[in-house]
Amino acid sequence: MEILKDALVQAIGLLLRFDPALLEIVWLTLRVSGSALVLACLAGVPFGALLGLAKFPGRRWLLVLVSTGMGLPPVVAGLIVYLLLSRNGPLGGLDWLFTPNAMIAAQTVLAFPLAAGLTSSAVQEVPAGLRLQIQSLGATRWQERWLVLREARRGVLAAVLAAFGRIIAEVGAVLLVGGNVAGKTRVLSTAIVLETRQGNFALALALGFVLLGLALLGNAILLRLEAGSRS
Amino acid sequence: MSTARYQVVGLQKSYRGRLVLDIPRLTIMDRELFVIVGPSGAGKSTLLRLLHFLEPPSRGEIHFDGQRVSFPPPLALRRQISMVFQRPEIIRGTVWQNVALGLRLRGENRPERVENALEMVGLSGFGDLPVNTLSGGELQRVALARAIVVAPRVILLDEPTANLDPHNVHLVEKSIRDLHHTSGATIVLVTHNIFQARRLAERVGFLLNGKLVEVSPAEQFFENPKDERSRAFVRGEMVY
Repeated sequence: MEILKDALVQAIGLLLRFDPALLEIVWLTLRVSGSALVLACLAGVPFGALLGLAKFPGRRWLLVLVSTGMGLPPVVAGLIVYLLLSRNGPLGGLDWLFTPNAMIAAQTVLAFPLAAGLTSSAVQEVPAGLRLQIQSLGATRWQERWLVLREARRGVLAAVLAAFGRIIAEVGAVLLVGGNVAGKTRVLSTAIVLETRQGNFALALALGFVLLGLALLGNAILLRLEAGSRS
Repeated sequence: MSTARYQVVGLQKSYRGRLVLDIPRLTIMDRELFVIVGPSGAGKSTLLRLLHFLEPPSRGEIHFDGQRVSFPPPLALRRQISMVFQRPEIIRGTVWQNVALGLRLRGENRPERVENALEMVGLSGFGDLPVNTLSGGELQRVALARAIVVAPRVILLDEPTANLDPHNVHLVEKSIRDLHHTSGATIVLVTHNIFQARRLAERVGFLLNGKLVEVSPAEQFFENPKDERSRAFVRGEMVY
């Protein structure tokens, strides 16, 4: 129990002192996971909506692929991105490996299936009667899809939350493609792993509290948005 | 002089091999108030969806203003028709947003038309209310306003008063009558309520098990029906 208390005190101390090393780590965590979340949602939400609403050949297979991707182990996603970005890989020319860009790419790969898969279930939950009603009001096919997506916005927000939760705390992918380089690619989750390995349990736990705090803040903001859109 | 708005020829609709609608011939005139009566499950709603071109027929043809309509229909044609469904599906937002939706989808901004439509259904001043504060009867009237605001040439009404109290039934029926007199639209109303049909209809079609048993002017249908089964239905003796 003692260690928990120590860690909490230390976490508060770190935050109150505006410890520059910690702030850098927090900032990079937010930048990497935030960018990945935005990218994954910009691509995943429209893709999921089409997957849920449009009829086209191969749709079923795509749904299976996306659901599988929702359970993709982070370390596997990291490995794939690692191989793509490594010097001899197809995207080696980008020279992204062990940079924040690689970490953003890996987390985008992780978050995309969640954003797409949960959006597709959300739009499929919209009653068929409502879709018929929207058609009856004179909607074009694209207008219909847009309105259905809007009606499903709560489910879409849940998709965004799930994607955020998935990437803010994952360690496997960013560790592989980022390398946990101090001052360059170290984020909260990889710092926790490092400090734990070195036996600095209190510091590791303190970083854990900071990470939890970030997750809490992110969820609070997104839920606030949801409440604002409700009427 | 009135002309035919709809001409239906050899129309059939099956779901999973089960024939639910079979209408060899039916004409619905320009500007008339045509009421389709019949028990639940007779195929009334299916017929409305076909007349709205929301679903393709399994067989047969529907002509609109003399033109044969193939499926999927041109958007411009679908936009000349609007429908009030039995259970009004309302989008989240305000009354105004719901009523203005059809106009918005057409890229039109006509606040005066929204105002008029709300007035017609007795909901003036309700525009800013969120729909989730409305009663069932008010929602049904929102659905009616939403259907008439786009000035359609055909309005299809699917049991628009099925779940309403007498006061709201009266309001909705009054709106329908006003609409019929002022708009010049063709109105096709589906109901299982024989009294409502009697109050509103100019011409009546009696649909039973997917088949039109009788189509007659209202007076004849109610006073002296041609078919034995219509007679039983009008007298309330039909067992179904």
